[in-house]
Amino acid sequence: MIVFILFFLLVGAVIDYVYFDAFTSAGPVLPIATIVSLGFAAFATLIAYYGGSDIILSSLGAEKLNLQIPEHRELHNVVTEMALASGSTMPRVYVIFDPAPNALATGTNEKNAAICVTTGLLTLLDREETQGVVAHEISHIRNEDILLMTLVSILLGGIAILADWGHRGFYSSRTGRRLSNKNPLIFIPLLILIALSPLVARLLAMAVSRQREYLADATAAQYTRNPAGVAQALEKIRDAAMPFHKATRGTAHLFFVNPLRRSVNESDSKLADLLASHPPIARRIRLLYQMAGIAQRFMEASQALAR
Amino acid sequence: MIFVIWGIIFALGIWIISTYNGLTSLRWRIQNAWRQIDVQLKRRYDLIPNLIETVKGYMQYEQDTLQKVIEARSQAMTSKGVKEAAEAENALNQSLGKIFALMENYPELRANKNVLDLQEELTTTENQIAFSRQYYNDLVTQYNTKQQVFPANMLAGFFGFKPSEFFEVAEAEKALPRVNLSLSR
Repeated sequence: MIVFILFFLLVGAVIDYVYFDAFTSAGPVLPIATIVSLGFAAFATLIAYYGGSDIILSSLGAEKLNLQIPEHRELHNVVTEMALASGSTMPRVYVIFDPAPNALATGTNEKNAAICVTTGLLTLLDREETQGVVAHEISHIRNEDILLMTLVSILLGGIAILADWGHRGFYSSRTGRRLSNKNPLIFIPLLILIALSPLVARLLAMAVSRQREYLADATAAQYTRNPAGVAQALEKIRDAAMPFHKATRGTAHLFFVNPLRRSVNESDSKLADLLASHPPIARRIRLLYQMAGIAQRFMEASQALAR
Repeated sequence: MIFVIWGIIFALGIWIISTYNGLTSLRWRIQNAWRQIDVQLKRRYDLIPNLIETVKGYMQYEQDTLQKVIEARSQAMTSKGVKEAAEAENALNQSLGKIFALMENYPELRANKNVLDLQEELTTTENQIAFSRQYYNDLVTQYNTKQQVFPANMLAGFFGFKPSEFFEVAEAEKALPRVNLSLSR
């Protein structure tokens, strides 16, 4: 998180230095771009903090549970069980009527958190596996990932806007004159930084997201005492995977498995890894079987990973 | 020199306060977790008569087993303290498990929506008991460890913190079910 804020400040300060002559005697008294961008980020964060989860839930078409339906009742019960196992307060529970099996958690803290599951997941998985998925989502709430993820997406947006300003300023002649009296050894790397900042920010965000997925899997295993349940759920979802149309790049990192790919069993190449919001599913399965101590399934998963 | 002494006293004070507060908050969380288990147990006591009432008509030949469940329930309801409650609950678990196993023999029962609803309710209640017990035991482990590691053990002794009791599972429940496949002639 601190890395993000530092990075954000750095980009703002660079824009100030290059375009407004800040931090020199000739420049304005205050670093304008830094302040404006931080103000913007604060404003957006406030909105996200107080209404973010509702915006996300309604954009995904989430609906409240109908406890008359046996499947919904079972989901409600499973969530209650996992809330007890983790010692947290009961989150709000929603379903999305969609055949793609997936789930997500959102909110800013334990008290206003919400868990959302697609109907596809409910029909695909049995009770034990649903429990694993719900435990994974509760772990995101308990590990305070949901707040982190909300803030990360806001900061990503902020950095993109800042970089956009940077690009535009680059073409104006006024800036050209200003640049001419600066040391090129300093401002050329700075310009490159501005140009690449959205990409760098995205890499950072995705790296954080992937680590949190592993952590949530591990915490889910701790809550259910049944890592094989989570692993089986992942296997079933991998085999039945389909893209979830209502998900966007902005919400992809909230989900149980990556909702954007047609097949979640993505290739294990290093480059694809860097930009993915989720770790390779085969590796998650392998780690879970390792925790469960099921040697045979662990070997199978290793072979699948090596292929 | 005087600053060093004051610094040491200050650090010691902070350490005492934080250890004391950590232990106290854990103690309250353990009590809260215990109350959570209690809530689930009460809910199960309320559900059992409903289940018995519903299946009684079908399971005419299992009156003994049903009677045992009712007895185990009243035993569990009057138990006091962590240890006694754990024992009574284990007896109740076993007799309930027997009923669930016997229900497999009655296809009419498994087609009855009321029974299915009740079964789901009882399943989730049992799971909830198991998970709150797990959480309770986790907290107790944390609390007892915190009390007994050096140097916090000196403070815990001084302030009179006592180790909490675990909610244990009976040996019979832990043992794997043994299936006898040898043919008797």
